[in-house]
Amino acid sequence: MFTRKTHSETSNGLEDGIAMPNVHRRTFLKYAGMGAAVLSTGSVLSSCSSDDDNDGTGVSLGSGDTAVLNYAFALEQLEAAFYTQVILTPYTGISDEEMSFLTDIRNHEIAHREFFRKALSTSAIQDLQVDFSSIDFTSRDKVLAAAQTFEDLGVSAYNGAGKYITTPAYLGLAGKIVSVEARHAAYIRDLVSAGSFSSNADSNGLDAAKTPADVFAAAGVYIKTKINTNTLPK
Amino acid sequence: MDLQNIFSEIEKKDPEIYERLDTRRNVMKQFGRVLAMSAVPFALGGMLKKAYGRTPADVLAVLNFALTLEYLEAEFYAQAITHTSLFPTAASLQAFTTIGTHETAHVAFLKSAITSASGTPVDKPTFDFTAGGTFSNVFTNYGTLLGVAQAFEDTGVRAYKGQAATLMENSTVLTAALQIHSIEARHAAHIRSMRRALTGDTKIKPWITGKYTDIAATQPVYNGEENEIQANVTITGIATQVTQDAATESFDEPLTKEAVLEIANLFIV
Repeated sequence: MFTRKTHSETSNGLEDGIAMPNVHRRTFLKYAGMGAAVLSTGSVLSSCSSDDDNDGTGVSLGSGDTAVLNYAFALEQLEAAFYTQVILTPYTGISDEEMSFLTDIRNHEIAHREFFRKALSTSAIQDLQVDFSSIDFTSRDKVLAAAQTFEDLGVSAYNGAGKYITTPAYLGLAGKIVSVEARHAAYIRDLVSAGSFSSNADSNGLDAAKTPADVFAAAGVYIKTKINTNTLPK
Repeated sequence: MDLQNIFSEIEKKDPEIYERLDTRRNVMKQFGRVLAMSAVPFALGGMLKKAYGRTPADVLAVLNFALTLEYLEAEFYAQAITHTSLFPTAASLQAFTTIGTHETAHVAFLKSAITSASGTPVDKPTFDFTAGGTFSNVFTNYGTLLGVAQAFEDTGVRAYKGQAATLMENSTVLTAALQIHSIEARHAAHIRSMRRALTGDTKIKPWITGKYTDIAATQPVYNGEENEIQANVTITGIATQVTQDAATESFDEPLTKEAVLEIANLFIV
């Protein structure tokens, strides 16, 4: 990881990218059986360090860069589902500007989710089942607190996963998305507490970077579908 | 991220890492266990240099490029907050103070990183925040001050993004750069919200729509942000909710080093 890369995999460059435009969306057939098998409700993914593996069952993220992209796809699915619910059942006292910006954020997360679905093509994981039963969507405080958690977590997930990506074009795409997530995070933080847009920075002025294990430990409570995180690069 | 994880990862890839790192294996192990990454910026960088021979020059070049931008930002906020009467509210002054603190920390962090990789940090340039008169009232007009701040922050985001691939050489540096990058994006979002409130221009949002800017002189900061195609996937219309505006907002675009320097050099004497 610390040695000089040959970058042989970069010869295609950005232009070829990761999309295969002629490939249709992933075939649901491929996952029909798997989906039924792995929807163990309420399973909470958690572990103490990146060395802890789960039991190896659940939705496979694939390996290498595919696993990292599926990891991002999973998080974008979670965020998109959350904001879809927020807009479907707006919290009490939502302002016009909040409604407008939260709708923007929903649309961005849907754009991210659908981008990963297309880009991953047949390697994309299935649609995940989410569980937001712990969130009171009528409460501004509760919704914004959850939104802050999701956005800060998303930023830290991308920041932590960047080093696992071996294809420069994919790293570039993660970079294009993470700063938008950071913009969301700043906006949400300011709604929660004015002026807190970047108050999660450490003493070096750095944002958080989290391992996939830590991210799933935090997000797992909202994801019903069991995910096998063992194949994520470490 | 913590150092213990980094060392265990290195050890997996290179079981002899501790031997390579001289006779201090026990110290190293202990070091990894007890020290937080944030406390020792790039101490690791120096060790890896010993282990693998050298830190690639292009990584150092990126760090010095980043340092130049952070000098620019840090100096801008440091000067700005001395003009206390310019700020209409305590909150606006506090926001500038907060951001300035981060930029100053980034300067120190990058200098330390460069030094520990046996590089030489570039000197701080002399700045002209009026950009040769384009923003002549930058420190006497709050609107201009915010306009320049927005341009710096959005440029910073694009600048780090543009260098990420080069930093794949060194995952420790890459991660740190990403951690700075997202903080710059948070700054940008907040400054943009401040400008939306000040100007009443509802086209200014925390995120960038198309290549829109209400300040013509800052157009080079936004050119290219109108991109709707990512890795051959057309984002506009990818789902019914994803309008053209949403498509451009949902992906920030990088700038090349050359394009960034062209912008930054307007402010460098």
